[in-house]
Amino acid sequence: MSRIQETFRKLKRARRGGFIPFITVGDPDLATTERLLIELANSGADIIELGVPFSDPVADGEVIQRASERALRNGVTVQDALRCARNVTRRIDVPLVLFSYFNPLLQFGEERLALAASRAGIDAVLVTDLIPEEAGSWIQNLCRHRLDPIFLVAPTTSDKRLTQIAQQARGFIYAVSRAGVTGERDRMTRDAEILVRRIRSLSDLPVAVGFGISTAEQVTGVWRFADAAVIGSAIVREIEKLSHSPDPMKCVGEFVRSLIPPVQLSAFQ
Amino acid sequence: MFKGPGLMLRISLQHFAQHDTAFMITSSEPDEHGHWGKFGGRYIPETLVAPLEELTTEFMRARTDEKFSRQFNVLLRDYAGRPTPLFYAQRLTAQAGGAQIYLKREDLLHTGAHKINNAIGQALLAQRMGKARIIAETGAGQHGVATATVCALLGLRCVIYMGAEDVRRQALNVFRMRLLGANVITVNAGTRTLKDAINEALRDWVTNVHDTYYLLGSALGPHPYPLMVREFQSVIGREAREQILAATGKLPCALVACVGGGSNAIGLFHPFIADEGVRLIGVEAGGCGDSLGKHAARFHSGTQSGGGRVGVLQGTMSYVLQDANGQIATTHSISAGLDYSAIGPEHAYLHDGGRAEYLQATDAEALEGLRLCAKLEGIIPALETAHAIVPAIKVASELSPEDAIIVNVSGRGDKDVQLVADLQRT
Repeated sequence: MSRIQETFRKLKRARRGGFIPFITVGDPDLATTERLLIELANSGADIIELGVPFSDPVADGEVIQRASERALRNGVTVQDALRCARNVTRRIDVPLVLFSYFNPLLQFGEERLALAASRAGIDAVLVTDLIPEEAGSWIQNLCRHRLDPIFLVAPTTSDKRLTQIAQQARGFIYAVSRAGVTGERDRMTRDAEILVRRIRSLSDLPVAVGFGISTAEQVTGVWRFADAAVIGSAIVREIEKLSHSPDPMKCVGEFVRSLIPPVQLSAFQ
Repeated sequence: MFKGPGLMLRISLQHFAQHDTAFMITSSEPDEHGHWGKFGGRYIPETLVAPLEELTTEFMRARTDEKFSRQFNVLLRDYAGRPTPLFYAQRLTAQAGGAQIYLKREDLLHTGAHKINNAIGQALLAQRMGKARIIAETGAGQHGVATATVCALLGLRCVIYMGAEDVRRQALNVFRMRLLGANVITVNAGTRTLKDAINEALRDWVTNVHDTYYLLGSALGPHPYPLMVREFQSVIGREAREQILAATGKLPCALVACVGGGSNAIGLFHPFIADEGVRLIGVEAGGCGDSLGKHAARFHSGTQSGGGRVGVLQGTMSYVLQDANGQIATTHSISAGLDYSAIGPEHAYLHDGGRAEYLQATDAEALEGLRLCAKLEGIIPALETAHAIVPAIKVASELSPEDAIIVNVSGRGDKDVQLVADLQRT
């Protein structure tokens, strides 16, 4: 059983939803990213998404675009992301998902990446602009090195494709809450819930919902129908704001704890 | 409507091309997922799969629909001004002292460039699909102007994304688009050029998929765009083929066209792909130096690792200018329309298969081409087009006077006159 499967099993037993924060590697710098990963793990993250910066992040809104730009100004590479992961996986017990656009990974080398990520203690890889149709050899390489390939599904995804994607995916399915790029929204539409119900009818994999979630209330809302909530832009924005703060770790930790609903959900599942 | 020699030959020789580059490709049809060999395909966020499939289905239907074909051809003729002439350029020919040089006059089209061919085709498709809002990116502004024009004609709402640097370089075209009723949005992200405009257009599309049609302007992006744009632009090559046969009684020795994303070049080349004796020559922007960032030549094979490598950008796999870590490189060209990091996937395929050749012309050579064409033929080409002139003269000079070559004059230079004037002053 993969560590991600195990995490979702534990969550189910505890009758609570999962909390999955996202940060960009090297924003504001690599040393801070390592400390942030530990802080996130200590603040209640169940899984962490580690974003590799890319020069042309078409699926991202302004907040994560700016984070990528900051990281790229520091010259952050795939190699740095892997080193960062390797340095912290000895010290935390939370599964890591490497989150990237395809080109940096392709240039690193498909097989080489799978091997290196596995050695660095990474558990899964999600590639924003790689759909299963183009991912034949990619999936094989990940599986050979015991990494879970995570795929996105969207409200526009047909049932036929949902079925196909569910067959290729391992670990969990990432449901995009709405058509659009990443970024906080004041209110969530019903799209996500409808999508998750469709996934449930076709697959037994756990479902995490992301895009547009930025408050504890929204996390609670998502937990009512999904297994986990992903929060990216809200945390990245906090990191951006706190770059000049004397104790940024403490502030980010507090912010993250404030996003996790305090009580177990008795109604969960 | 899309009948042409290139399309009638459906024998796919991709298999051979991958394993034996010495084998001549005589057809280049992608597979059903839009792959030419390893190039092309769809590398996009999941949300866009459904609209791209819808678009593919509709395009394939339109491709064989006589009514659509009629609509398209009537607008090309009565609105855009097709067919465009094939002009024998006597004085350029004399300058070269070799093969006869013919100019395919796409610059005479309504709005001043070949971009209108594709804009009409796709806007009709959007209308067929019931999409009332059109978005597009633009580099030089020619595709933006063509899109804004067709949207005005068909009563469609139009939003154009344009990089801030290009807005500065092509102020006249920005004004034209606004006059035509388009909402021009300046993009300040990244390098502020075509690539960033495409990123912003993709973000808009992924957010507004339900009512929006993305009218992509070059033979780039995810399937079906490279195929669709090529089909709408192939009218250039079909006309040119008939015209050169009528004028000289035989096929030309070579075709020469500038290549940014590559839509004017693929439009001219495609109907000649099966004609093995016809050299297909694309000209990339050599910019102002050999190192990465100084040019937009994806097939550049410089010693300072300035060339492109196979990679993925904006939905398609092709040759991409990038650094060692897979970050997309900045590019430079005097012409906004060629200032882009990737090349259309079919060009990558033709390049690797050895069917097409790609040369480079520097900024200075482009300016020289513009001056020569203006002084010798009374035709001021766009700076993009101007890249093809000096290499064409060189190619012609190596051939005999019984031979002929065709140069695609993809656009007219009115938009660039101010820039050229400024350069002469400094």
